[in-house]
Amino acid sequence: MKSDNIINIDNNGKLIIDDSVSEITNSEKVVLVGNPNVGKSCIFNFMSGMYVDVSNFPGTTVSITKSNFNGKEIYDTPGIYGVSSFNDEERVAKEIILDSEIIINVVNALHLERDLFLTLQLIDMGKKVSVLLNFADEIKKRKIKIDTKKLSELLGVEVIETSAINQTGLDKISSAIQNARVGNQQLDLHFMLQSIIDQSIPQSEALLILEGDEETANKYNIPCGTPDQRENIYIGRRNRVNEIVDQVEYQDTKSGEFFNRIGRLSLNPKTGLPILGVILVLVYFFIGDLVSQQIVDFTENTIGKGLFEYNAKSFVADYTPTTIDVSIYDESEKLVDFKSFNFPDGKNANAQLNDEFVSFSNQPGASSEFHFGNPFVRLFFGEFGVITMTITYLLFLLFPLVIGFYFVMALLEDSGYLPRLATMLDRTFNKIGLNGRAVIPIMLGFGCITMANITTRLLGSEREKSIVTAILQFVIPCSAQLAVITVLLSGAGLKPLLIFVFVIATVLITLSTILNKLLPGESTPLLIDLPIMGFPKLKNVLKKTYYRSWGFMKEASFWFFVGAFAVGIFEITGILNIWQDLLAPLTTSWLKLPKEAANAFVMGMVRRDFGAAGLFDLNLTSMQITVAIITITLFVPCIASFVVMLKERGLKEGLTVWAGTWITAFFIGGLVAQIVI
Amino acid sequence: MPNSTLDKAKKGKIVTIVNLPSGNIRSQLIRLGLTEGGTIKCLERLPGGTIVIQKNRQEIAVGYDLAKKIKVILQ
Repeated sequence: MKSDNIINIDNNGKLIIDDSVSEITNSEKVVLVGNPNVGKSCIFNFMSGMYVDVSNFPGTTVSITKSNFNGKEIYDTPGIYGVSSFNDEERVAKEIILDSEIIINVVNALHLERDLFLTLQLIDMGKKVSVLLNFADEIKKRKIKIDTKKLSELLGVEVIETSAINQTGLDKISSAIQNARVGNQQLDLHFMLQSIIDQSIPQSEALLILEGDEETANKYNIPCGTPDQRENIYIGRRNRVNEIVDQVEYQDTKSGEFFNRIGRLSLNPKTGLPILGVILVLVYFFIGDLVSQQIVDFTENTIGKGLFEYNAKSFVADYTPTTIDVSIYDESEKLVDFKSFNFPDGKNANAQLNDEFVSFSNQPGASSEFHFGNPFVRLFFGEFGVITMTITYLLFLLFPLVIGFYFVMALLEDSGYLPRLATMLDRTFNKIGLNGRAVIPIMLGFGCITMANITTRLLGSEREKSIVTAILQFVIPCSAQLAVITVLLSGAGLKPLLIFVFVIATVLITLSTILNKLLPGESTPLLIDLPIMGFPKLKNVLKKTYYRSWGFMKEASFWFFVGAFAVGIFEITGILNIWQDLLAPLTTSWLKLPKEAANAFVMGMVRRDFGAAGLFDLNLTSMQITVAIITITLFVPCIASFVVMLKERGLKEGLTVWAGTWITAFFIGGLVAQIVI
Repeated sequence: MPNSTLDKAKKGKIVTIVNLPSGNIRSQLIRLGLTEGGTIKCLERLPGGTIVIQKNRQEIAVGYDLAKKIKVILQ
């Protein structure tokens, strides 16, 4: 490599030429120009054969490196977004560009829209240009295709695909230099330039003057363009870039095209609803079957009740008066044996009976019910014990379910489907004062209302939050409840299902329409970015699932304990029983259900599936089942969801919704009962 | 071409934005790359009037009520 005397070497061993660019003669000078991080230095490195840092940050040095390549002087310039004088880098680059004849423009294929702005400006300057489309290998990986031939045609200059890192395409650089030519300029701009060019000013400088570059204008002592003029030229150029990118860049592989098509189709209800149907079926198999049946059955019953609760209660029973009823069931859930163990002074006081209890209760199919004499022990370790029930509920039922739901949501989100679903449903949601985004908390509601309550935060206005919160509490059944409803309905035939869906849909429409009319203010319109459709990256999905599930558990767990504590107090003080008695007449005469169904409603306040499960043993007729499931669906949310709602929406709104669900549930349920039973 | 609003844009047509509504929504629009003077392509018009536009390679869904407030020149 040959260096001449205007070049100095700085501390890092880098070659620098200073402000003496004006001394450069005009013979066969080639300059490398490009935006920051396009791999320019890497290409310069290849051409000069010397070591140059590949800088990662825009403009790490304002130094210009010079070298020789095939007998031509070649200059590297700092990364710039456009030729102007906004900063030192631009000023230095501008000087070099103005002084050279041949421009090798390095373009990052991954950022075509960004980089072509500079390319078009260079072409508008009337310089001989060739384009190196760098990162050509990267775009193939990302399933984007750039039509290089078409791009070359539109720009009017040579376009060569390169990969500086893998050193491919670099052998064509010398032909790029040889074939550099003046590209296609924008005609109207060219006419505007003509008046300045007529004053024997080079086209490149004329363009800068028109674009308001004072430095250049002062050089020739003529007025420069106004900021408005510059903006107009820039906007025109930006638009041309977009048009070019539109024509040359598209999704490449079949899978890219396939997902792109799916993305388009899922926007329009005609094609989008069937797609939604397919997705819901897949989600049902994953969450409804795998997670909430098989996994939760194992975690809740085997780990939660069988291991955790049994051992915790058994430990407490060592020290406190306890009666333990142990039932043994065979594989078909039939009771085959039963024994009651009474420890008036705790298990430790009667080692012999304790041994008998331990061996009896450890048989396969055994289920132990602990009845503690002390009400405070009951409060913490009993059937609704703050410690026992809440931990089982939180860790072994809710946690797997929440993970499952957030996992599916993250999959849908990262595949780019969720925003499209929101778009498709936007107009429908508009009718009830919401925008398409509301689909997210409502979908989550089918998993867990508590989780959905927290998600209402993503909605744009208080009004929308109120509407969605009410819909969630009134009509959306959570997964625990859905499971029981499904079992009840499956034995009852088609008619109850149709009545159920019809009634719930009517309530949903009426409720949301009324709220939309009554609530003051305005809802926010939909404005949502639709990302490219594709297979989600598992790592991202897992990360999101982890953070959200963890976040939810951290936020909601405390309130589950608070809820359990409240129910525990009600139970000990007898309020729960009084409530049951109060509801009994309403249940028998108005809802036309057996007296015991009142139990189900009271339990439904604790956990919605408790409520529904209480109906299994009642031998209801199919129409009674219809009334019962309508009532429990509309009925108050579970205690945890209630507490979280109070926290999210305030005492007044929370209590109004809560009271509203009582009234609606019994009013509508009774109305249906009076008609069908 | 006379001034119009985005909700009137036809599928596949390019429009130039003349005026964006004021307030918070304005900054959100600008952040998504929609600026006065910029051109966008109307990709889809869904039943009911939700508009899907394309700006560069980015696709953006705009609700009907918002689309009515964005003044554009139809081309």
